[in-house]
Amino acid sequence: MRSLRFIIPLLLFAAIGMFLYKGLSNDPRIIPSPLVGKPAPDFSLPILGADGRAWGPEEMRGKVWLLNIWGSWCAACQIEHPLFNQIARDGTLPLVGLAWKDDPQASARWLDRLGDPYTVVISDIQGRAAIDYGVYGAPESFLIDKRGVIRFKQTGPFSPESIRDTLMPLVRELEAEPET
Amino acid sequence: MSASSTNIPIDEDRYQSLAEELRCLVCQNQSLADSSAELAGDLRDEVREQMASGRSNAEIKDFLVARYGDFVLFRPPVKQTTWALWAGPFALLATGAGAWWLVQRRQRLGGPSGTAAPRPGGSAPARAGAEAGPEDAEREKARRLLD
Repeated sequence: MRSLRFIIPLLLFAAIGMFLYKGLSNDPRIIPSPLVGKPAPDFSLPILGADGRAWGPEEMRGKVWLLNIWGSWCAACQIEHPLFNQIARDGTLPLVGLAWKDDPQASARWLDRLGDPYTVVISDIQGRAAIDYGVYGAPESFLIDKRGVIRFKQTGPFSPESIRDTLMPLVRELEAEPET
Repeated sequence: MSASSTNIPIDEDRYQSLAEELRCLVCQNQSLADSSAELAGDLRDEVREQMASGRSNAEIKDFLVARYGDFVLFRPPVKQTTWALWAGPFALLATGAGAWWLVQRRQRLGGPSGTAAPRPGGSAPARAGAEAGPEDAEREKARRLLD
């Protein structure tokens, strides 16, 4: 009975300490997206280098695909770019690039220099579509399923490990899902 | 700032106080009003335009929360995942007050009381003997035995 007086505060302290300790390993730059599980927001944006021809996500209906938000001004995008080049060579996942608040000419030069793994690249110069996707930094990527629903969001660059252990297993899972 | 948003007059005070309640997602300890990040500028334009088109503060907040999550709000809403955040400090205060009250009562009664209600005068019949009787040392001994 008397020892409870010491044990209870000690347990409380341990519990609070555990929560705080766990908080240390959270990355404050990674904010959970409320969009996972929701339909990918629609947009109509000009295709890079196609004289204003527009493109929208409904063109990918029936496919599992990745929307990658990047910019020629984005240093971290260069890190993950070779990984996308590899995915394009493997042909395992269609990649759509959204050049965010980037000069189209700078975007095109960047792709000339580093390779173009994208099925299509669209230019969001104003950044309005990016706001609809809750984008707050580049790179960010959204995995979208056959029905046009966002199933996974990657904040920051992919790594070889995150592609192998997270992205690709999920792609295979979504590929097995029916279209409707 | 885009040209379209500066041409429409809006309530600047309302705009300012709303922008101060919204978090800049790039530099997270700054509000949209304070931040000079490019995204904050875009979102300020968005807020301006929506105000100019007659949307309420709640509608604008809902728009941003649907895209960026509760994180954009400096004052998170009370819901299932945040009730502990809101109730926690009050629960701790109540626990502390309860503990303090218990300690006070024990000191007043000169020992741990069971289910007896506290009597400010300390004149509960069962305790009457304790008042006149043993010295402090003995009282302490008795308390240990009771514990």
